[in-house]
Amino acid sequence: MTEPAHHHAPPSPIEQRVAALEQLLTEKGLVTSEFIDGVVSLYENDIGPLNGAKVVARAWVDPDYRQRLLTDGTAAIAELGFGGPEGGHLVVVDNTDTVHNVVVCTLCSCYPWPVLGLPPVWYKAPPYRARMVREPRAVLRELGAEVPADVEIRVWDSSAEVRYMVLPQRPAGTGDLTEDELVGLVTRDAMIGVARP
Amino acid sequence: MPRSNGELVFDAPWQGRAFAMAIGLVDALGLRWEEFRNRLVAEIDAAPDRPYYESWLAALERLVADLQRGHQGLRGTPAHGSGMVGRFEGTGGSENCMSGRG
Repeated sequence: MTEPAHHHAPPSPIEQRVAALEQLLTEKGLVTSEFIDGVVSLYENDIGPLNGAKVVARAWVDPDYRQRLLTDGTAAIAELGFGGPEGGHLVVVDNTDTVHNVVVCTLCSCYPWPVLGLPPVWYKAPPYRARMVREPRAVLRELGAEVPADVEIRVWDSSAEVRYMVLPQRPAGTGDLTEDELVGLVTRDAMIGVARP
Repeated sequence: MPRSNGELVFDAPWQGRAFAMAIGLVDALGLRWEEFRNRLVAEIDAAPDRPYYESWLAALERLVADLQRGHQGLRGTPAHGSGMVGRFEGTGGSENCMSGRG
């Protein structure tokens, strides 16, 4: 069981509920505290948008990889060593001069963990979840992504099975950058579709 | 890296532990992730303004409670063996874990 290490206040009701669950599940041999520690560490340190940025950079420099990525996202990210929970059915959608893609989960928080890590607070909040399907262009503008009027916006609502990631367009003037340098240009928000690099 | 933009993955340790327990429980019992996700959707719908991980915790508690009651439809996959689900059956006395929705 864990208690706050930074002060000696008694556990809050929520902390007590979590501790009780951990005790129950460990007593039944269904999880171990070590497993829990490991998962927390994995998602705090190892699994995050850097994974997706590497996927995007690879797609930018390798047209064959790009095609494989758009055909079967799960298999393609596995080539780079990425996979796991919430990545079993990954679909990558590419932005073009005429199409801008954006991802939302209207019902909860479905998100492509293997390439983006865990979703940010705003992605899980009611305003984004409700408004992105209703008024995507306005929401994108508020988030700083001005999408030209002649560009179609496609909103992908993550279903029970599918997880989506946006493949942003490679910025102009980057032809002489290495793949590693391109990785640094790819942001988490661009892969959700709320930013245009 | 996940924190390079200044955002925390988990605001407090309990959030990370509740997150990991949902993954571990589903995996250990060979459940479909849907079994947890459906409950998460229901908890969010029931309390839309509740902080996200409080809804997550409520969904996890609901899943455990349903397992303890031998809820129909919660079956393990053949690879894991439905016997694991049996670890919950006949243990309805652990209600104290489920008290309070916060």
